Order: sequence, then structure tokens, then C-alpha cells
Amino acid sequence: MARIKVPIGPQHPALKEPESFNLVLEGERIIDAEVKLGYNHRGIEKACESRNITQCIYLIERICGICSHSHSTTFVQAVEEIAGVEPPPRALYIRTIIAELERIHSHLLWLGVAGHEVGFDTLFMYSWRDRETVMDLLALITGNRINYGMNKVGGVRRDIDSEQARLILESIDLLTERTEYYIKVAVNESTLKVRLAGVGKLPRETALSLGAVGPTVRASGIPRDIRKDDPYAAYDQVDFNVITNEYADVFGRTLVRIYELLESYQIIRALIQNLPDGPIAVKAPRKIPAGEAVSRYEAPRGENIHYVRTNGSEFPERVKVRAPTLANLASIREMLKGGFLADFPIVIAAIDPCFSCADRMIRLSGDGKDALWDWERLRNYSIDWYKLRGIDFSNR
Amino acid sequence: MDLVLKLSYMLIFPGFLFLVLYAMACEWVDRKLYARFQNRVGPPWFQPLADFIKLLAKEEIVPEAADKIMFRALPVVALAAVLTSFLYIPVWDITAFHSFPADLVVVFYLLTIPTLAFFLAGWHSTSLFAALGSLRTLTQLFAYEVPLLIVLMGPALLAGTWTISEITAFFVANPGLLAVNLLGFCVALVAIQGKLERVPFDIAEAETEIVGGPFTEFSGRLLAITRLVVDIEMVVLAALISAVFLGGSFGLGPVWGFLLFLLKTLLIVGLLALFKSVVARLRLEQMMKFCWKYLAPVALFQLFINILVKAFLV
Amino acid sequence: MVSPKKFRPRMLREVIGTLVKAPATVNYPLEKPETPKSFRGRIVFDSKLCVGCKMCMRDCPSGAIRIEPTEVEKRFKCAISLDRCLFCAQCVDSCPRKALATTPEFELTCFGRKGFQDLHK
Repeated sequence: MARIKVPIGPQHPALKEPESFNLVLEGERIIDAEVKLGYNHRGIEKACESRNITQCIYLIERICGICSHSHSTTFVQAVEEIAGVEPPPRALYIRTIIAELERIHSHLLWLGVAGHEVGFDTLFMYSWRDRETVMDLLALITGNRINYGMNKVGGVRRDIDSEQARLILESIDLLTERTEYYIKVAVNESTLKVRLAGVGKLPRETALSLGAVGPTVRASGIPRDIRKDDPYAAYDQVDFNVITNEYADVFGRTLVRIYELLESYQIIRALIQNLPDGPIAVKAPRKIPAGEAVSRYEAPRGENIHYVRTNGSEFPERVKVRAPTLANLASIREMLKGGFLADFPIVIAAIDPCFSCADRMIRLSGDGKDALWDWERLRNYSIDWYKLRGIDFSNR
Repeated sequence: MDLVLKLSYMLIFPGFLFLVLYAMACEWVDRKLYARFQNRVGPPWFQPLADFIKLLAKEEIVPEAADKIMFRALPVVALAAVLTSFLYIPVWDITAFHSFPADLVVVFYLLTIPTLAFFLAGWHSTSLFAALGSLRTLTQLFAYEVPLLIVLMGPALLAGTWTISEITAFFVANPGLLAVNLLGFCVALVAIQGKLERVPFDIAEAETEIVGGPFTEFSGRLLAITRLVVDIEMVVLAALISAVFLGGSFGLGPVWGFLLFLLKTLLIVGLLALFKSVVARLRLEQMMKFCWKYLAPVALFQLFINILVKAFLV
Repeated sequence: MVSPKKFRPRMLREVIGTLVKAPATVNYPLEKPETPKSFRGRIVFDSKLCVGCKMCMRDCPSGAIRIEPTEVEKRFKCAISLDRCLFCAQCVDSCPRKALATTPEFELTCFGRKGFQDLHK
């Protein structure tokens, strides 16, 4: 049978953000897949270097629209470590509550997207409707539906009062009921299940060797969760389970996410009930002493790593972000191979990709040729490129 | 005078004009119900008409590499086919505008023409996504067409005729026998979901996979026509199912018969919308498996029941 | 692994139940959603309190806020570019005199660039 190469993306209805995939098809079957990154590079790491730490928090928060709190918390944790600032316990609890609310909204959003990718729009509409509950909660507590702006160096910016705590618990009860319904839907709806089960296989060993993170790796039976492995914020104060299963396919990833919702509800209930009294922030210096730190965080999509180096000024000297999607992209090829073209959207969706988070410049080593271009070389290249088209920029 | 009447039947009521408007109304009912099933508000009643007018006003782009004549002609061919097929289906009366022996088969094949036209249209637009969609359209055709034809044979067998009008007349005379074909009615509903390329069988135009399927390159007037064809096809199929499985208008006379026609077609449209909202899209090979492993045997079983009923009861 | 089980129409029941429920959609321009009091909307400025320290300008992530002296001594005016503003309300936090405050107002779109210049005197 003839092989054809189908370009999916950078613009394609299945992709919510631009990224390019080239699928080699034999009939409907995918023989090979190519992932091309770099359509979303925004230079955020570089931009951080010309902003002070306070400004950086808001910029970092905007790396991702869904897990904005993850990025800002990871960054703030790194800065706090360098500056030796200890946030008060209440601040840590509030950070954790927001983090879990974010996980809820992200996983419910994912469930809807997954439904849409397999053509189950009713599930999409229902889960996004239920997601509004948690969005309203976030707007109530933080003052915004997304990009909450809750973090500052040394604590959080807003407190949770008893009225808000009551509302959170009420909404959590409602969401628990809905989530239990979604579990039944995922397990029992036959058309949904046949589309999810056995699709996008990622065996345990492959998941380990390709360094997958988050629900993707947990669905392959590996209990890897930064909240347990390297507790931050208030995660060492609460009891919760790391959800794993052995399905190693899209169905498994769906179940991991839905059961994680139930764990999140438990965490929030425990945190709200034991919310310690006290200040919500301590004073932090404007100028951060020289130093460097790595901070890890379990974002809804997986492990998020930030590296920050400071030089004693208000500005960071270097910020490096490793978003979870970048770690998971390597396994996409394995998951797509041998599958059907029809499975492509759901396999991609199952890692819950956030391409704009992931698009950073990475230097690949080992193939012998150095593909790293410095500023001067890039500038000369662009001057030559325009010269060929009749525009001379060399004197400007 | 006879000619004027015939022309008005063909062009105004219940022919072209009525059919177009009613198809849009049915599209609205379908979309509104789908929205309400999903807890949304849904479009206002004039939305399908507004969409149609808007598309008519849009620029029409024909791909450079496409076969221009085929690309423009095929949607019109599909439209002509579905409009023609409606003339053989009874509306308010037991007999249709035009009826001849074995017209059920003709209607069935006229309703296959749009699928073939869309396949050719997608194929001729030379886009990769359209080509993939076309192939899927054609592959799907083999899955749902057989069960649909088998279950349509059931009532025909029972009535002992291949003529739609005579089948309707038979059921009006023996309304009790309608219950025999209940299973067949359900199979037909599932199968026409495939014919209309709706969830769970919208594999050919699965937007998250292959963009717009065969219609990827269509725009403006041509897209408006293709969408209209699908709408009209839904009405014609609903009318066909109603005539064959539900006894059509039951010979209640023009006014009541017509109202019953509306009621039955809308009921079928509603059932289709309900079905659409509780399932996910299947994969091509899953659809094949479903249609051949479950739908076709059930259809055969229905046929078997009909044979038994015919042999012992009628 | 996952074998087809018997048909349990959970979705069907839910879908039919939803048909008789009121839509969840908010009929937005006609029905305004209720914004919480703490919502971070348009920023307002009180010139009586401002001492012109410009801390807000230093911390604004997008350079949206400008504090400028007026003809009157020790009185300052404030200009916020709404097209640049992120509505993070960091300026409100940074202000040592509480001269800035958030409002729940969020409908700030307008025609033309001029409308995005929010001047407070």
C-alpha cells in the first residue's frame, strides 16, 4: 500500500496551539510520526532577565494559561530558596489550595477536550459546564478566573476568609458528585471506551526511558508524583494517594486524571479544615542575594522544573523553565506508531499538551553538527535573506 | 392545468421550495435539541437560513489543481438526486406524486448518489484531507448501506411490493403489523446516521482528524449547496423511514395527514439528535466491525421475522 | 483488558434529564454575570493619597501605569494604558499609601486607541 505523508499542524482543528506533526500513513495506519517544535517560542526566559522579580512572577505566570499557578509557584519557590525566605504556614496552605483548584480545572478541561477529540461533544459540554464551578471559585478567591496572581515572594497576596472556605467546600461536594458520574461514564459508555482503550500504548519501560511525566507516566504504572516524592508547599501535611494504573493507554490516562480529581477534593477538604492562623506573607527583600536554585512542582500535566540564578540585583540573571509537555513530547512518537489516523487527536490530547509552555530553545547534542546560532550569525542570516528579496537592512 | 399543478408540486409544495425550508427547519430542530441535550441554549430558529444566506454571499474558492467542472457540478448533482428522490415518497397522501413499481429501490439508489458525489467531489479537489475523507466516505458506504437495504426489504416483503406507496397502503390497512418491524426501525435509524455522516459515524468529516473531510476545499455557494444536500437528505430519509416503517400519513387526508407527516419526520429527527448526543465517534474499522458484526445480523434477523410473519400470519 | 460489557445507558439518562433543565449558558450581554467584590478589574486612582513614589511604575509587569506631576505641587496624576494592563493589581499591592484600588468593572472594550488611555487626575 502506498505511503502518504500527512501534515498535521501547525494549523489544524485537533491542535489548540500551533505545533507541527508529520504522520506517515499506510492507509489509515500510522507508520511513523515526526514532531516539530518551535512554532510558539516567545522568549519568556530571556524577557525575565530584563524584569525585576516581582514583574517576573506575572510574566512567568503567563507561560501557560491553564497551569499558571504552577509556573508562578515554581518560580517563587526557587526565589524564596535563594533569598532564604520562609513563607508562613497559612501562605503555604493557600498556595496548595489554589494549586489543587487549578488541577481540578485543568483536569476537567482535559476531560472535555478528550471528549471533543473523539467526537463526544456532550461530554465536552458537560465537563466544561462543571468546570465553571471551580472557575467561579478561583475568581472569588483570587480575583481572576485564570492567571490568578496569588503568589509573591514570601507568601500569597490574598487570604481565604471563612465565607470563601464554606463556598469552596460546598462546590467541592457538588464536583465530587459530578466526578463520580464521569467515572461511570468513562468506564461504562461503550463508544467512548472503545475509542480510548488500547490506544496510544506506552509500556512501563518505554515511559521510563523516554522520561514521561505526570498522568502519562502514572498511567503506565509508575507512581511518580512530585507532591509525594519531593513535597513542597503544604503537601507534606496532607494525606493523599498517588493514582496509578497499569492500562498504559489513553483509557488509563483518562482514569488517572478523573481519580486524581477525587484526590484533589480530599486534599482541599483537609487543607481548608486545618487552615492555620497567622500572616499570609512575610516581608521579602527586593534585591535577591546571588545564588541559584532549582524548584520542582507537580503541575496538572506533570513535573514542572524552574531553574533561577540571581546576582544580587533586583533582576534574575537566568531563568530556565522545563514545562511538563516538553518531557512528554518524546513519547508521542512511540504512542502514535502503529495506531490509526483517527487516534491521532486523542493520543496527542492524552498528554494534555501545552505547546506554548513547551516551546523553548533546546540544544541537541550528539549528532556531530552544531546547530546553535549566535545572535550575530542570526542577524547576518536575516540580512542576507532580505537582500535576496531586494531589501537592504545592513546599514540599519 | 395539470401541468401547473405538477410543476407546483415539484417546485413549490411539497417539492423544492417546501423541502428546502423544511430541511432548514429540521436542521434547526436537530441543532436546538442537540444543544438542549448538552445544556446549551442552541441557535435561534433562523440560524440555518442565515448560515445558508451567509455562505451564498461568501467568496467561492476552487483549488487551482482541482477539476473545475467536476468540483462545481457535483454538489448540484447531489442536490438534484435528493430532490428527485423526494417525489417518490408520499407526503400527505398514501400515494406519492409519482409512483411506479419498485420505486423503493430507485429512491434508495438516488439517496446513494450524494455520497458518491461527495466522494468524487473530495477526490477531485486534490487536497490530502479531502482525499482521505473521500476514501472514508466510500468505505463507510459499504458498512451502512447493506443493513439499511436489508431492513428496508422487511416491510417490502411483508407488503409483498417494492413500491413505497403500496407499502404505506398495506400498513394503513394492517396497522398491527407495524410492530413487527420495530427492530428494523431501530436498525434503520442507526444506519441513516451513517448515511448522513453524523456522530458516531461522522468518520468521513471528523474535524479533529481530517479537517473537513471531502468538503475541506469547499467554500461559498458550493459549500452552501452541500450543506443543503445533507439537510434535505435527512428530511427525505426521515420521510422514507416514516413511510416504510411508520405507515406514513395513515391516509388521514391532506391536513391531518400532512401534520402526521411533520410529526413523524420531526420525531425521527429528534431520535437522531438524541442518538448523536450520547455516543462518541467510532473509528473506521470499529464502524465496519459494528455494522457487519451487529447491525447486519440484526437486520437479517428482522428479515427472518418478516418471512415467518409473512408465511404464517398474513 | 477492557472488554465490552453490557450496555448501561448512563449518558442517555443524563441527556434526557438535561433536556428539561434550563440551559447553563449565561445570556451574557443581556444578563451580566456577578463579579466578586475582590475581582481585579479596572484600577482607580486617588490623587489625594498619592505621594509620587512611583513604586507602582517600578513593579508594573507591562509598563501600563504612569504617574506624572501636575501643575499643583505634590499632586500627581495617573495614566493607565488599559491595552497594556494585565489586571494583576500589583500596583495596588505596591502602593504604600493605598492610592490605587481595584474595581469589579471588567467591560473595558472600546472603539479606537484613545479609549484605552485611562486618565485619573
